[in-house]
Order: sequence, then C-alpha cells, then structure tokens
Amino acid sequence: MTTATATSHDDHHHGPEKGIMRWVKTTNHKDIGTLYLWFAFAMLLVGGAMAMGIRMELLQPGMQVMDPHFFNQLTTMHGLIMVFGAIMPAMVGLGNWLIPMMVGAPDMALPRMNNWSFWILPFAGGILMSTFFMDGGAPAFGWTFYAPLSTTFAPDSTDFFIFAVHLLGFSSIMGAINIIATVINMRAPEMKLMDMPLFVWTWLITSFLLIGAMPVLAGAVTMMLTDRNFGTAFFDATGGGDPVMFQHIFWFFGHPEVYIMILPAFGIISHIIPTFSRKPLFGYSSMVYATASIAFLSYIVWAHHMFLTGMPVAGELYFMYATMMIAVPTGVKVFNWVSTMWKGSMTFETPMLWALSFVILFTIGGFSGLMLGIAPADIQYHDTYFVVAHFHYVLVTGALWAIIAATLYWLPKWTGKMYNESLAKVHFWWAVISVNVLFFPQHFLGLAGMPRRIPDYSLQFADFNLISSLGGFAFGASFILLAYIVVDCIRNGKPVDARPWDGAKGLEWTLSAKADYHTFNTPPSRELIENESQHS
Amino acid sequence: MKRLTALLSALIATLSTRAFAEYGLNMTEGVTSVSRDIYDLHMVIFWVCVAIAVVVFGAMFYSIFAHRKSIGHKAANFHENTKAEFLWTGVPILILIAMAIPASKVLIDLEDTSKAEMTVKITGHQWKWQYDYPEEGISFISNLAQTSKDAINDNNNKPENYLLEVDNPLVLPVDTSVRFLVTSSDVIHDWWVPDLGVKQDGNPGFINDAWAQIDEIGVYRGQCAELCGKDHGFMPIVVDVRSKEDYKTWVAEQQSAKAAAVASATKTWSEDELMAQGENVYNTSCAACHKKDGSGMVPVFPAMKGSKVANGAASDHINIVLHGKGGMPAFKMLGDADLASVMTYERKAFGNTGSVIQPSDVKSAR
Repeated sequence: MTTATATSHDDHHHGPEKGIMRWVKTTNHKDIGTLYLWFAFAMLLVGGAMAMGIRMELLQPGMQVMDPHFFNQLTTMHGLIMVFGAIMPAMVGLGNWLIPMMVGAPDMALPRMNNWSFWILPFAGGILMSTFFMDGGAPAFGWTFYAPLSTTFAPDSTDFFIFAVHLLGFSSIMGAINIIATVINMRAPEMKLMDMPLFVWTWLITSFLLIGAMPVLAGAVTMMLTDRNFGTAFFDATGGGDPVMFQHIFWFFGHPEVYIMILPAFGIISHIIPTFSRKPLFGYSSMVYATASIAFLSYIVWAHHMFLTGMPVAGELYFMYATMMIAVPTGVKVFNWVSTMWKGSMTFETPMLWALSFVILFTIGGFSGLMLGIAPADIQYHDTYFVVAHFHYVLVTGALWAIIAATLYWLPKWTGKMYNESLAKVHFWWAVISVNVLFFPQHFLGLAGMPRRIPDYSLQFADFNLISSLGGFAFGASFILLAYIVVDCIRNGKPVDARPWDGAKGLEWTLSAKADYHTFNTPPSRELIENESQHS
Repeated sequence: MKRLTALLSALIATLSTRAFAEYGLNMTEGVTSVSRDIYDLHMVIFWVCVAIAVVVFGAMFYSIFAHRKSIGHKAANFHENTKAEFLWTGVPILILIAMAIPASKVLIDLEDTSKAEMTVKITGHQWKWQYDYPEEGISFISNLAQTSKDAINDNNNKPENYLLEVDNPLVLPVDTSVRFLVTSSDVIHDWWVPDLGVKQDGNPGFINDAWAQIDEIGVYRGQCAELCGKDHGFMPIVVDVRSKEDYKTWVAEQQSAKAAAVASATKTWSEDELMAQGENVYNTSCAACHKKDGSGMVPVFPAMKGSKVANGAASDHINIVLHGKGGMPAFKMLGDADLASVMTYERKAFGNTGSVIQPSDVKSAR
C-alpha cells in the first residue's frame, strides 16, 4: 500500500488536462471508464423512455398513443439501445475502471485504442437514433432483425442501422482486445492467473466471447447489406438462400452475447457477497471453471432460440440437451454464493441488497430459462410474454442489477466520497418492488397466450398488462432517484477512508480513498497480493 | 425461522390451489394429446424449479436471518469443499437427465406427422392467413374480423373476442389427425393455436409441418407468434372444430360456392358491381397500409389517391397487385373477381381516373 500511494503522489503534476478536451483526448483508464459509465446511463434513460412509451401503449387494450408501426420501432430500438448502448458499455466502463486497479497495472495495455473504442460509441448511437427522423422511420423488425423482414421488407433507414452495428462491433472488439492484453501483459508480475479476482476472470472470459461473437454479427449484417443493395440472396429463397440461415448466424452471435452481458455481472456479485459476509468467496476455482464452462456452452446452444423454425428432431434434441447443461455451471455459481454467505457475519449495505436480490431474481430468470430450454414446452412458451419476462429477469434484475450494485460498491473508490445510504436504501426497495410488479405478471401473460411484440391485445390480457405498465412507470421513475444519489455523492458526499467497507479485499482498496489519477506505477508485492486475495 | 416457513408454505399453497384454478394464469391444457403432454411437462418442470427454489432460497434466507453481524454472528473462514462442489454438480445433472427423458419422448411424438388423415396448407401473408385444403380443392383467406378492426380505436366498445375473431375460420373435423403444412409468401409468420399445442414458423420458400388430433368440438383461438411487420398483432387464427358430418356438409358448401365464384369470374361485370365488391375487398386487404381514404402512410406505404399506378396503364396495376413489388406483397391468392373489383375500386375511388378492370383481364394476366 505504501509503495503504491507514494509513487502516485509523485505523479500528481501529470494530472488530467483541464476542460472538455480532457475527455476527448484522454487515454486514462479511469477517465474512459467514467465516460463509458455516463454514456451507458444516458442510453439507459433513452432506452427506458422508449420502454415507457411501449408500456403506455400496452396500458389498456386498443391503440391510444401511437400506430403499430411506431410501436415496432420502439420495441426494436429499445432492445438495441439497452443491449448495445446501456448494458455492454456499462460493463466495459466497469472493466476499464476496475481491471487495471485489480491486477495492479498502471493503465490499460492499449490506451489510445481505448480512447477510440469509447469515442466510436456516441457516433454509432447517434447514427442509430437518427433513423427515427428518416423517411419510413427507424428499424421496426425487432432487435433480432430476422430476414426477410429486415431485408426486402425493411425501411431505407436499415442501412444506417447496419452501419451503426458495424461500428458498435469495432468498439466492442477493440475493448475486448484491450482487456485481454491488459490482463495477460499488464498484470502485476507477482500475480498468478489463479490469484486474479473474479471480476477480472469473468471479464477476461467475456472478452474471448466478444472476439468470437461480434465478427459473426458483422457477417450477418454485411450479408443483409448485400442482400438489400447488391442483389445477393443469402436469406432469400427465390435466389437459393434461406431465411432460417439468418437466424442460425444471428443466434451464433446472439447466444454468446447474452453471456457477454451476464458473466461480468457474476464477477461483480462474487466481490460484493464476500465483502458483506466478511468471509472469503466460497469455491473460487470452481467459480472460474464454471464461468469458463458457461462461456464454452454458450457457443454450442444457439439454436434453442429456433425450435420452431422447422429443425430436424435430432437437432432439436441436441440443442435441448446442450441447453439444459448450462443449468449445471450456473447452479454451481448460485450454490457457491449461498455458501459464501453461510456462517458469515452479514451486513446489508445497499450494494449487498442489490447483490442478494440479484441472486434471487437472476435465479428466477434462470428457472424460466431452463423451462424454455425444454424443446416441447418451448412450443407454448416461444415468442410469448413468458420469454419477455425471462430475459428481463436475467438482463434487468441480472445484468443491470449487478451494474447498479457495482456502481454503489465502488463509487467511494471512484469519488473518495460516500453516497447517501438511507436514500440508496429507499431507491433499492422502490426499484426491487416495482421491477417485480413490472415483470412478474408477464409470466402469466405469456402462459395465458399473449404473443410478444404486439401493440394491442385481446381483453383477457388487460388486467396483467395494466399492472405491468403501472409497475413499469414506477420502475422507470426510480432511475431519476438513482441519478440524484450518484450526483449527490459526487458533489456532497462525506469523505471516506481508503477501505470504506470493512470486509472488502482487493488491490483497489489499498489505493487512496479516491483512487489517484495514476495508480500502481510500481507493481504490488506478492505479500500485498496475498493479503488482498478475496478467496484465501 | 418458523414464521418464514409458514410464510413460504402459505405462498406455495396459494399458488397451487387458487392461482392456477383461475383462467389466464397458467398454460392451457388444450384439446390434443400433444397439448396435454406439453402441459404435463410444463407442470413437472415448474414444480422441480419450485422445489429447487425452496431449498436454495430457504438456505439463503436462513443464512440471512441467522448469520447476521447485527445479532453478533462471527464469520467462519471456510472457503472450499471439493465434496460439496461435486455434489452440487452431480445432483443437478441427475435431475436434468430425469427431465430430459419425458421431454425427448414428447418431442419425438409431436414431430411425427406420418399418421395424418388429412392435410391443410397454411400460408402466412402480411397480415392474414390463407388456408388450402389440397384434397378437397378448397382455398380461402382469413382476415381479422371487421368488428375488431372497428374497435381498435374505440376504447368503449370492445367486442367479445376482440382481436381474436376472423371473417373465415379454419374449419376442421373432430377426432381426425390433421397435418398442417405451414409456409409464407413474404416474411416469416408463425401459426399458433395454444389449445392445439401447435406453433410452427412459416418460412417463405420452405414448408414446415406439424399435426393435431382435436378431441373436442369447439372454437379455438390463436395468433401469429412471429413479428411480421406493422400488423403482426392483428392477424388472429380461429379454428372451428365440427363433428365429422358437419365438416362434410361444410366442405360440400365450400365446393359449390367455389364453382359459383369461378362462373362469375368469366362474365363481364358492371362498374357498379365491381365498385361495390371492390370496396369490401379494399377495406379487408388493402386499407391496413393504404388506408381507408386512400391516403397511405407515405413514404412506406404509398397513397392510392392520385397514385401513378392506379391512374396509369391497367397492365402495370395488375402486375404489381398480382406479384408484389418491394414491400408490397403479392396478392395472387385472391380470386379474379376480387382482384378485378378491388383494382377497379382503386382506379375509380379517391378521385382517381383509371380504367375499369374486368376479371377476365386478371385471368389472362396470371
């Protein structure tokens, strides 16, 4: 600890540039992490506003607020913005802020590329959003953009969507390369792979998923581009192509993609639960192996999204069995978290509340995922609100929950100040109740037969949609309070010690209360690494 | 802890007795052997998940209550146990195998369409269904009922079965194994009737199959389940299951109606006759995009009013309506008389000044 703070102290004259150019030109991992996180939060609000529009239209039967074409634009853009604009950038932002500090590195391995990875995002997001103002409106074919609805039958703005997806892909791939290079090359020489904290492990594995999956997405949209503009027929049966091939390619990207969003979340939860249980993480090595197994399995289960496309029985059986296998390593993680709590000395600061509710609500999403994986039952579940409920449980009360937990948990390290704990507790209970009012009834809607992506519904679905919408408005409003809590912490928070959580372990907590602009100019010693290990 | 157990058991009791008895909370059991098999499978998986949840969340909540710092619990320091890891890897695998066996049986059974006694071909169009009975020579289009269409923007008067009513339901005989061949003429649609346990994608250019043997006479409703564009939410499915005798009567009626339609297509129609029928066809098949008043939704769906096509050469107009163009789907599944009347309507209504088109013109252009 003394070494790290002493050296960074000498470095103060290399502080950040003043004014707006600091953020444009920055190559500092902390600045870039901050940029990513604010960008993600802005996109969360934009995507959330679209969700409010969707729930407004679904408040009662009949069309009141918008026409069906605009409704489809909203569902499509809500999905794209939340996945590519909010969840993924937030995870990259957390990775940027935390990984160098956790592995005892002074910065990311490729700082200029890091700057570029971020600054592509606002332009990609801007191009995507601009489609709303084009003739024919924004893409309206769902975030999964199945051909031929997204090729022959799509508005002209689709070409802008394709370009935006390409840019987002560049950004993600560069971010992933950077994280791999940082973890492999910049890690403190005294830190072995099996010394690394789980957030580092999960992000390392996620990076390999990104490098494997994003080029496949780029391939899919490129084929769309040539189908639309250059007379190819990859997805057009009249030219010898096959629309189902689009789905195979899309989901070969799409299934790893969902694990890209959730694996870093697993890492975050594996930090928070030991801290507030005051007990080392249970089963560290099995957590690492489970993460790697989930990542491997994520590449070989894609067609469970496609049980109704007319796959041969043998294919359906294989994808059903492979999908069910995912429950095993995921279960191992949940069991390990519960065992970490077992016989601990638990306190319930807000990050812990988010982490505990993550374990419960993510597991509920896991259960519905297991049910969806049973191919014959999927005949009734597929493309209904049951699916909508499932993926919102894993992505909202899963990935987003972990992001909020991480923000509150590491906010003292980022700002040197403490957020308002009682306000944060109010926010937690507000969000956790409203999110369940929002998404739980959607299980019933789906089982009772309400298809997803419909702007209007028959009368038997009216009650649960009303409840869901009201929950949705309450949940949406909770993010105003979250923004206030974070800004209030930055401006008026009480100064904290270097280790504000008494049970916290990890190299990042050995830095000054507010981490200096440059940290770990000299790598941490073996002794420090062992003392700060969360799993021994 | 006692209070917690009481709370949990009360919750489970509520879920199992009251909640599932009410309509609209759980999956339908349906009226075919497949739908019942799926329902049983669903309930088994559901209860397995509930059981696991009770154990895991139970342990977690016990720990939250008993291992708190505020009641002075001191933290232990254990962090590894290989036996435990093997146990909670192995036990879930066994549970999964136990679930995979019945699931595989149901799957293999529901994919086997070889026992079918009759065949219906289902074609999805933006945004309606076409039903063909190849052996009986019957073919018709099934649209969202006008009563539902009129009620979309009228919040106070929703008819019974709002959005789940069609003009021409699919009629099937009871106790007969039916093979469905599902396809599409434009984008991907998905034909789903929960009570039949049938949900199958219709892919343009390919044919998928599914089957159902319906045990009970009745009317069963469903919807398109794959996003297919603007009116995806407005293309319901109604299956009218009749006794075998009633079904035979219906088939005979349809066959004679078809013969009459073929005869009427050969005669020359008056402009008034064409306009009257054309307005009906237009409102059913065209108004969703081009709007009742012909104003369209520019630029995605062009206006009829002042349209170059509707005011131009008849042959170009016939060609586009028959074969489609870009986002405009092909309408060749409609009869000659319907097509001639709707095009005449498009060329004469909305202040347009195009020429009259006769059924024979359409027939020769096919």
